[in-house]
Amino acid sequence: MTVVERREIALVDLLDRLLAGGVVITGDVTLRIADVDLVRIDLNALISSVNRNVPSPFGDRCE
Amino acid sequence: MTALRYVYAVCRPFDTPLQAQLTGVSGDPPRLLAHGDLVAVVSRVPEADFNEEALHDHLEDLDWLTGTARAHQQVVDALTAVTTPLPLRLATVFRDDSGVRLMLEERAEAFGCTLDRLDGRVEWGMKVYVEGPEQAAEPARPEPKPASGRDYLRQRRRQSRADDDLWSRAEEFATDLHRTLSDRADDARLHAPQNPRLSGAAGRNVLNAAYLVRRDASEEFVERVDRTKDDAPGIRVELTGPWAAYSFAGEEEKNAGEGS
Repeated sequence: MTVVERREIALVDLLDRLLAGGVVITGDVTLRIADVDLVRIDLNALISSVNRNVPSPFGDRCE
Repeated sequence: MTALRYVYAVCRPFDTPLQAQLTGVSGDPPRLLAHGDLVAVVSRVPEADFNEEALHDHLEDLDWLTGTARAHQQVVDALTAVTTPLPLRLATVFRDDSGVRLMLEERAEAFGCTLDRLDGRVEWGMKVYVEGPEQAAEPARPEPKPASGRDYLRQRRRQSRADDDLWSRAEEFATDLHRTLSDRADDARLHAPQNPRLSGAAGRNVLNAAYLVRRDASEEFVERVDRTKDDAPGIRVELTGPWAAYSFAGEEEKNAGEGS
């Protein structure tokens, strides 16, 4: 396994927590964009396209 | 250039200094902003990168997101070494210090309750994977090329039964392990299973759970997970942590994100 792959594994665990966990503060005082959660969806598409050459380990079992 | 305030976490006041070389998002070292009996951990970030519009674009840039997430985590990790931080969601940004103070003022009671609940505790992540049929420990007999349609269907049925068997064993294994670990934890949350294409991990993630565990009970907790690792052929268990209690920082809105 390459270093890059290791990093990506950890990144997913990190994003599970940093984009889905933690205290959410909304209101006038914060500039946080309202829909960080939406980023996750775009991110899925983004990373999938980066990894397009890597076949799904589960192949076509659900076909 | 105008600087905004990026807030990593809220803590009770603590005496131990943070590592001197610690840098935050955008390179500015984090500092402590005290208000009442709470402390916000804050660093300056350039307005040009963190205003709403720029942030929206940046969050779609995987390299930027990775760098920012790691910097955020590094600060929260450093805090975890000296206190029990209440971590905030990635990219929580305020206009200035008085905005941060106002936030601490308005939420003092809720922060206090949550910090009491988390005190002396860390989060452990546990994932259960079902490995692909070709990776399972059962001997993989190469199937002969089907001679007829009936042969083909027979092979498919056999394969499908083997898969079903592995899946039901995995479900039972994951349910048992989750129950065992929940009993040893103060709280538990289920995250949505990870997409294998996103994680690059082999196999299918069937359980992605987080547990809130006392620091002094963590060693035993980790040993308990380690003991299960060789129990089940075709099933893999991965433990991550200790994390700051990200998955236990919010209110019950967390349940909305639960997978099964």
